[in-house]
Amino acid sequence: MGALQSLHGRPEYLDLAEKTGFSFEQIRVLHERFKQLSHNEETLRRSHFNEIPDLACNPIRAQIIEAFFDRRNYHQNGEGTVEEIGFEEFLVVMSHFRPPSLHMTEEQRENVRREKLRFVFNMHDTDNDGTITLEEYRHVVEELLSRSGALEKETAKSIADAAMLEVASISMGHMEPDEFYEGITFEHFLKLLDGFEIESRMNIRFLNMDTSTLCK
Amino acid sequence: MGTSSVSRARTPCLLLLPLLLLCCSGGKCELQGSKPLAPDNAPSTAKPFINQINEPQAFPEEERVNLPVFTMDYPRIQVPFEFTLWVLLASFAKIGFHIYHKITIWIPESCLLIVIGLVVGGIMHSVKEEPPAVLDSNVFFLYMLPPIVLDSGYFMPTRPFFENIGTVLWYAVVGTLWNSIGIGLSLFAICQFEVFGVQDINLQENLLFASIISAVDPVAALNVFEDIGINEQIYIVIFGEGLFNDAVTVVLYSMFAFLADLPIVESSDVFLGVARFFVVGVGGVLFGLLFGFVAAFTTRFTHNVRQIEPLFVFMYSYLAYLVAELFAISSVLAIITCAITMKYYVEENVSQRSCTTIRHVVKMLATISETLIFFFLGVVTITTDHEWNWAYILFTLLFAFIWRGLGILVLSQIINPFRTIQFTFKDQFGLAYGGLRGAICFALVFTLPDNVNRRNLFVTASIAIIIFTVVIQGISIRPIVEYLNIRRTNKNLNTINVEIHTRVMEHVVCGVEDLCGQWSHYYWKDKFKKFNDRFLRRILLRDNRAESSIVSLYKKLELQNAIDFLDTPVGDLSAAPSIISLHDEMMEASRPKKKFLAGDVRKMHDILSRNMYKIRQKTMGYTNKYNLPDDSPTREILIRRHASIRRSLRAESFREMPGRNIPKSQRYYSLQPGGDLESAFALRRRSHGGGEVDRLSARLQPSGASARSSSRSLVAMRMLNTIKEARSAGEQPAASARARTPSPGGSASDERGPGGSSFRAPVPAPRRRSSGRAEGHEDPEHPGGGGGVEPVRPPQLPPPVGWVRENQDPGDIGAGDPLLRHSSQGPGGAGRS
Repeated sequence: MGALQSLHGRPEYLDLAEKTGFSFEQIRVLHERFKQLSHNEETLRRSHFNEIPDLACNPIRAQIIEAFFDRRNYHQNGEGTVEEIGFEEFLVVMSHFRPPSLHMTEEQRENVRREKLRFVFNMHDTDNDGTITLEEYRHVVEELLSRSGALEKETAKSIADAAMLEVASISMGHMEPDEFYEGITFEHFLKLLDGFEIESRMNIRFLNMDTSTLCK
Repeated sequence: MGTSSVSRARTPCLLLLPLLLLCCSGGKCELQGSKPLAPDNAPSTAKPFINQINEPQAFPEEERVNLPVFTMDYPRIQVPFEFTLWVLLASFAKIGFHIYHKITIWIPESCLLIVIGLVVGGIMHSVKEEPPAVLDSNVFFLYMLPPIVLDSGYFMPTRPFFENIGTVLWYAVVGTLWNSIGIGLSLFAICQFEVFGVQDINLQENLLFASIISAVDPVAALNVFEDIGINEQIYIVIFGEGLFNDAVTVVLYSMFAFLADLPIVESSDVFLGVARFFVVGVGGVLFGLLFGFVAAFTTRFTHNVRQIEPLFVFMYSYLAYLVAELFAISSVLAIITCAITMKYYVEENVSQRSCTTIRHVVKMLATISETLIFFFLGVVTITTDHEWNWAYILFTLLFAFIWRGLGILVLSQIINPFRTIQFTFKDQFGLAYGGLRGAICFALVFTLPDNVNRRNLFVTASIAIIIFTVVIQGISIRPIVEYLNIRRTNKNLNTINVEIHTRVMEHVVCGVEDLCGQWSHYYWKDKFKKFNDRFLRRILLRDNRAESSIVSLYKKLELQNAIDFLDTPVGDLSAAPSIISLHDEMMEASRPKKKFLAGDVRKMHDILSRNMYKIRQKTMGYTNKYNLPDDSPTREILIRRHASIRRSLRAESFREMPGRNIPKSQRYYSLQPGGDLESAFALRRRSHGGGEVDRLSARLQPSGASARSSSRSLVAMRMLNTIKEARSAGEQPAASARARTPSPGGSASDERGPGGSSFRAPVPAPRRRSSGRAEGHEDPEHPGGGGGVEPVRPPQLPPPVGWVRENQDPGDIGAGDPLLRHSSQGPGGAGRS
């Protein structure tokens, strides 16, 4: 019912709903939020994101924000970053976090999984070259640990090293002594997180209720 | 375990079982015989004693009774003696099941225990023995239940639990209410029919009975679910439901028991009942929190009395339980909350060994209690008086099944819209079918007051439903779940990458939720974490630096690795100083004591290289009821990791290397499994500008004969040598003295004779450069040891470089084993932030 009503009010949502799989109600709520974030402008810039107080203490804030400006996450085979995003892009990026539907075939589940992992992979792969290099991975770990002050960079580095060695051993099996591991490709990334149920973790229950008045 | 060893070990144990049965029932027979004798026997033996002591010369004629050379006072020891025999019997039964593993795959253990109990009960019945004293409800609620609940609470997988807490509570509270009321009312309806002959059971009694049998006991189901790796959501819901509906059931029971006494129930009683429900629940949680925090706070000060550390966990949780019992509030909730609360803090405060002890003892007590309960269930089935009423019992079974199914179906439909991951119908079926009845139900039915008419019928019906669900559903649940193909999950992969991504995911989801202005448990988790870091940790922990779960997992892996190194088979490890911790000893004992030929460096390298390059993807179960969580991680990674630390520690020279050789990314070297370590090592080392390995092997070959036992640890030390050792009490003076002397420790260690110390010489060089502080402590307490003293010092294996700072707390120095203290973060703890 509510969906129909809002459909009448906002015909342009139809297109977005098809594209992203959100319900009209959810789109409406997200649009409210979008306007709130952008101070009623048409586009969002990085500075808008940086103003969100709740996000301020998130250790990987930079990556999250960057993900919204990354063309790779727009389903359009684009590359590179953009300076400002409209509501459609905002919604498309959000749609990566839609929970999987209740009834899915194995194939669909696998696709969802790939898609979500791809999102994470893109987040790590900052220079866009298809591999997560050690430097990039170290950066991730450092950021992750940056909030637990007592740690030195050295620890983060060695953890990243350990993780990388783990990747090498999992994905390459064994290597000749003089081989070296370039970085994590997406295939390896899939293999690496084989047991990690991303489809049940990387999702948000998008509410139909407008909560934007409750947060800043 | 090889099959041959299984079959070999099986025979003696199968022999043991009947032997123990005989012994046990023999003991009973003796008791039977001695009981009637006791009145005249005991005084006659005791009298002379008393007389001799008190009034030796007063009645000389009695001195004709000589001092008994052999007396027997069975009644004196009867209770503990029989208890010990019961425990032993139950334990032997467990050994038996686990030796032949296939049995427990197809038939749940609880089922087997009941069967054995039936057999023993049959024997006891045939010799007219009384059932054991455990049936006293006080014994059950004061002694048998607490360990089981403590175990569940202590090993509760915290992260999934709090992620699903809403659902868990929903099923536990509402589901149990639903079941109790539904079953009670339906049974009352049945009672109206004259044909069944049970008209005298009134509504209150039906409800009382229904509240007894609606408690779900998930032991058997959980074992199966864990075995086949069912998805986390179902697992945790069953787990949590089992925990919390204990509480609900006990409340309901006491409420209905109270109501059953009243002739007329007024509506105000119902409201009071509801109010009481909240008092009981919230009160239990509050007491649990209180005692949990007190326990955590206490362990902050126990670092000088490590021996009694584990005691606090048990005493405080038991105290929480007893105090809750005192006020008749939910003792189960109290002890669970207490365990969850204290675990996180206590495990960081206490030493590693205390932590291990706590875990083992918790597991041990719980296993014994549970085994005994199922065992007694079997026994009692035979030995009590039954009142069999086909209709009532069959309808009980039917209704229990129907209402459980309906309840899950309806409650799932209600909760599903609120869940991110919804329960499919298959999941719901798994949930419904996993609802077996167990220990609580059994204990509660025996607490029924005698004035309840048809008490025996209730007892019979309860036992029937327990046995039916445990046997039929317990056996069939595995095939059904496998047939239905309910969504499964890989068990927790305990790798660093997964851990990292778990955290990444949490932050990403939390961040995006913030972005779109919505929140979920991540929001609360964040809030709690802040509160925890700011206040709780400061108050409760001695060393209160916040620690990421990634780091703690990493530490755990490191520690495990260090221990594993020391545990690789070698004869002389046992000759090491007595500080080897308990579980080191256990691990060691399980291995063959192989004597290495002196100087058999090659072979040793083989072993090491095999150990090093085998990829083990160990999984960590959630909490098996009967096993401790498996901590063993992938070793290989760490070994490689040590190599990488060492490289990175070798100061600047190394850092330039990759820059020169590899423009873009770090090189990663590897070996083939079982490959030649020595050459690879040499290669690796040389490639990083260190020629030490050559020196090392050169030294090794000649000194091999004397370096016998340490030859293995040599490589271990080399592997771990980048790790700094923290101060420990004994070595402090010597260490600091040496630190002050300018002469390098390498030569000092060389002086200690050829007995294996020489291997250390090449090692310290790189280390010295990087870590001046720790260097002095590298050569501990055997300065005069010469060839005789083994230089193997396993327990002082230092923590890796990453967290050495934390050991600077001067309070720790007295602790003795800086390494072991530090990764006390358990597997459960890793789940928390």
